[in-house]
Amino acid sequence: MLVSINWLKDYVNTQQLPPAELGEKITRSGIEVDAVIDRSHGMTNIVVGYVESCVKHPEADKLSICQVNVGEETTQIICGAPNIAAGQKVIVARPGAKLPGDIKIKKAKLRGEESHGMICSLQELGIEGKLVPKAYAEGIYVLPEDAETGSDVLTNFDLNDTVLELGLTPNRADAMSMIGVAYEVGAILSEEVKLPEISYKEASDTAASMLTLNVDAPEANPLYVAKVVRNIKVQESPMWLQQRLMSAGVRPHNNVVDVTNYILMEYGQPLHAFDYDLLETGNITVRHAKEGEMITTLDDAERKLSGHQLVITNGEKPVAIAGVMGGADSEVSEATTTVVIESAYFESGSVRQTSKDHGLRSDASSRYEKGVDPNRVIPAAERAAQLLSELAGGEVLAGSVVFDELNKEEKIVKVSPDFINSRLGMKISFEDMWDILNRLKFNTEAANGQLVISVPTRRQDIQIPEDVIEEIARLYGYDEIPATLPEAETTPGGLTPYQAKRRIVRSLLEGAGLLQATTYSLTSEKSAKQFALEETETTRLLMPMSEERSILRQSLLPHLLESVTYNTARRMDSVALYETGSVFLKGDDELLNEQEHLAVAITGLWLDNSWQGEKKPVDFFVLKGIVETLGTKLGVQLTFERGQMDDLHPGRTAFIMLDGHRIGVIGQLHPSEQKERDLKTTVVMELNLALLLNIETAALLYTPVPRYPSMSRDVALVLSKIVEAGTIETVIRNAGGKLLKDVRVFDLYEGDKMEEGKKSVAFSLTYFDPEKTLTDEEVINAHEKVLAALTEVGAELRS
Amino acid sequence: MEAQLQELKTQALDKITAASTVKELNDVRVAYLGKKGPITDLLKGMGKLPAEERPKMGALVNVVREEVTTQLEGRMVILEEEAINQKLQSETIDITLPGRPVKTGNPHPLTRVVEEIEDLFISMGYEVAEGPEVEKDYYNFEALNLPKGHPARDMQDSFYITEDILLRTHTSPVQARTMEAKGGEPIKIICPGKVYRRDSDDATHSHQFTQIEGLVIGEDIRMSDLKGTLSVFAKKMFGDDREIRLRPSFFPFTEPSVEMDISCFKCGGSGCNVCKKTGWIEILGAGMVHPNVLEMAGYDSKRLTGFAFGMGPERIAMLKYGVEDIRHFYTNDVRFLSQFQRTEL
Repeated sequence: MLVSINWLKDYVNTQQLPPAELGEKITRSGIEVDAVIDRSHGMTNIVVGYVESCVKHPEADKLSICQVNVGEETTQIICGAPNIAAGQKVIVARPGAKLPGDIKIKKAKLRGEESHGMICSLQELGIEGKLVPKAYAEGIYVLPEDAETGSDVLTNFDLNDTVLELGLTPNRADAMSMIGVAYEVGAILSEEVKLPEISYKEASDTAASMLTLNVDAPEANPLYVAKVVRNIKVQESPMWLQQRLMSAGVRPHNNVVDVTNYILMEYGQPLHAFDYDLLETGNITVRHAKEGEMITTLDDAERKLSGHQLVITNGEKPVAIAGVMGGADSEVSEATTTVVIESAYFESGSVRQTSKDHGLRSDASSRYEKGVDPNRVIPAAERAAQLLSELAGGEVLAGSVVFDELNKEEKIVKVSPDFINSRLGMKISFEDMWDILNRLKFNTEAANGQLVISVPTRRQDIQIPEDVIEEIARLYGYDEIPATLPEAETTPGGLTPYQAKRRIVRSLLEGAGLLQATTYSLTSEKSAKQFALEETETTRLLMPMSEERSILRQSLLPHLLESVTYNTARRMDSVALYETGSVFLKGDDELLNEQEHLAVAITGLWLDNSWQGEKKPVDFFVLKGIVETLGTKLGVQLTFERGQMDDLHPGRTAFIMLDGHRIGVIGQLHPSEQKERDLKTTVVMELNLALLLNIETAALLYTPVPRYPSMSRDVALVLSKIVEAGTIETVIRNAGGKLLKDVRVFDLYEGDKMEEGKKSVAFSLTYFDPEKTLTDEEVINAHEKVLAALTEVGAELRS
Repeated sequence: MEAQLQELKTQALDKITAASTVKELNDVRVAYLGKKGPITDLLKGMGKLPAEERPKMGALVNVVREEVTTQLEGRMVILEEEAINQKLQSETIDITLPGRPVKTGNPHPLTRVVEEIEDLFISMGYEVAEGPEVEKDYYNFEALNLPKGHPARDMQDSFYITEDILLRTHTSPVQARTMEAKGGEPIKIICPGKVYRRDSDDATHSHQFTQIEGLVIGEDIRMSDLKGTLSVFAKKMFGDDREIRLRPSFFPFTEPSVEMDISCFKCGGSGCNVCKKTGWIEILGAGMVHPNVLEMAGYDSKRLTGFAFGMGPERIAMLKYGVEDIRHFYTNDVRFLSQFQRTEL
């Protein structure tokens, strides 16, 4: 909402406050002032000029040489506007003038002809192009004939003004009008509000003699008022009216349309003007549309209507979509002589739905949606009649055509001063509360220790005692509220075990050298299921903003890999990222099965200590080590099982297992996937973190530090290449008995010294007895069993 | 024989002085004091002397031997020290070469901000509550006093999946769920999480962002308690000399509603580019829980009252760290992420 302070002064005394100060007061008491706009833009030296003569420039087709009377003198100005003509009153920026955008006007020569200033368009005065009346949009603005030559344009045009741009929250529909803002300012400054005085002469014929009205949908349209004004002359509005509309961000059209828009801005009540003759039937019928009925609206769009949408008809066909937009067929034009002015109360939900259906939001619909003041519908119609008789020479027919079933009573809210103070934690006196309610123009009585408040219908946001508390607090001043802390019992607070473990996982991964990334949850059809751990249907948004962000992800890796590529493409060759976040699977009920996952992607060098000659590229085992440590840290036994997954290297992929269930996957990207993503060797992992974190781990009990020495034996085995170390390790563990405490691979050899198809794997076995020192014999016995078992599975001892 | 002895002593002492390494000196020791050395020979030859001369001569030999030994040991200390020094000299390294890198990562800047806020409120007795990102319209809107068709729903354009299921537009549904679950009991929670709105991504908008909200419900919770709590938060988060101010605002789920500004932490309130010359920075929205919200969750709004507040970690991170574009938080440029390593304590 744009509020011209000069206009506002019609209704309330602003106490000569500087605009910024007024804005600050408004902001601090409840309505945020987003901007304070000086409409003069620091302009100077701009006067009304009279074009005495205007001839074509001999050297330039598009230029005219004008002799312009600027009051003190007649001076020559070259003008390039197509609509310049002798006899016009125009806006002249004299030499030395300043215009918006730091433009200074100087004497100049244009194609050999002197020019003493510039004839201006409205845009050059800092008015947005879309607000300039269409007739002047492509050229200079022509002032009315009675503009005084030589007089100051800023004064004439009321540009020595400041506009406050209000950022209105949806509850403050009351401030979507100048009068509403006047009430607010009046409450802040303790000033009275002065409403427009409405008086006009009525014709002897009645409106009812020309127009009949039927309202067939009283729930959606409980109040409809129509006035008929005849013998009007449709023309340009006077300057003050055009100027005020432009200050409010509305483009002037003609006096009839401008009057309806002016009252919309003044009262917050949308009006519509129909050309009476084009209505054809002398009837207005408000009803729900017939399914599939068509209307062409003022914006020249043909629109198909549905049964729940409310329309204004002439008894036969729709002539307007109620509260949203008028129809082109009955539009007021220069040929119009009689108009019907509609002022109505349309139910907010109905307008909201219809406006949404058609994707049409207008100044009218945005006010209806939030609820207009029931008690301003009739005054607004009267105000329109007055202005049309004053500005369009119209003859107002007596009375109105009215349908009225609207409840216009004020809401009563009762609240006690003690309640107000106890909720605020303050001690505001009864007198202060009384004063604030008076300033708000809320009729208040005191009865049985309660404030009984009649809330004016303009303030539909005040419904319950808490709303009154806010009114009192905001006008008393939020700065006056003391700072206390809740007096309730103290509570321990803290993280749940799940949340605490998530932090442990993060710090482990970060300690291992991974950076935490965050990517988007919405993805494309193509990426949604890549690397997904479970097969489920994907979930699509009803109205995505783009295909790229249309589906809920089922895995974190695709976006994480995009981030890796983003970095490698910028020459950061070594990247190690992790992310924790939700994936979204189809669930049993209507909500999705959201699972928190953990994903890691690493590429490039894992270790880079180049001057000491240590460089280690990432590989499967780097990441496997991290996963193993994660298991240790969380107290769960994670195992790995060879597996396959699309887009992962078939020989370098494993599933991460917990108690026999697959909870994740780890592997190197398939070479073709690496190529697709423009990556070098990249190793990835994704697991269901929620499963992992939800496991309750047993209490930690210490195992006594060994008091007796352990003994170790190494075995080097020659194995077929296809035999996995893990299989052999299991054989050893099973055969080793209870004395075998640990088995570890310490060497792997696959070089040329080995027979084709063979490899050598060396294990270190640790034997230990917690009760006593082991004897050689015991170790030999146990180790013999291991060796026998190994021979049985075909492992040769390497000599 | 005595002259011979003196001659030997002179020779030995000369050689001791001349020895420049531990090895040379050891050779001298062997040559003069060893079992086959001349002094030993002299002692062996004592048998040939007359008996009365033997003690005198023996004493003389011992004196010479002791003197040579003392000199030799003294010289040995010096040479050993020299040897060590030489070894140390040769072992000198270039300490300006870089150390072996310790691989470290760090949290995402948003996690950093969220955890800082979580910890701050945990210390004040809050629990951390979380909830689903795909939510029912009921919890996201209706339970928060935003019935279908409410104009305030336009404040938050949403991604719907079905007519009744959507991506949550704020973390407030976690409050609604917690209230429902607590069945009328007091609550003190902080709710962080991801939220989604239909916004085109640009420098200041993101269709996905994070929020952190707080909710306190109890007997006689007053608006002054909200102000006090937010004041503690502002000082702990942004510095002890931060002032706060509340401005009236509107949220459907609170009444009264406020927005909280803090005095600018860059200029202290005198006006700068961070606070757009106003001296104040808008940080969060808050208010007293609307009685409808309490009643819908089964609370007796006459007996229990509460306050709620909510803020955007992106905004806080942008202000705190001077980040100019919200998209940085989702691009994961390691040159950006790795800057959030060090502590600020």
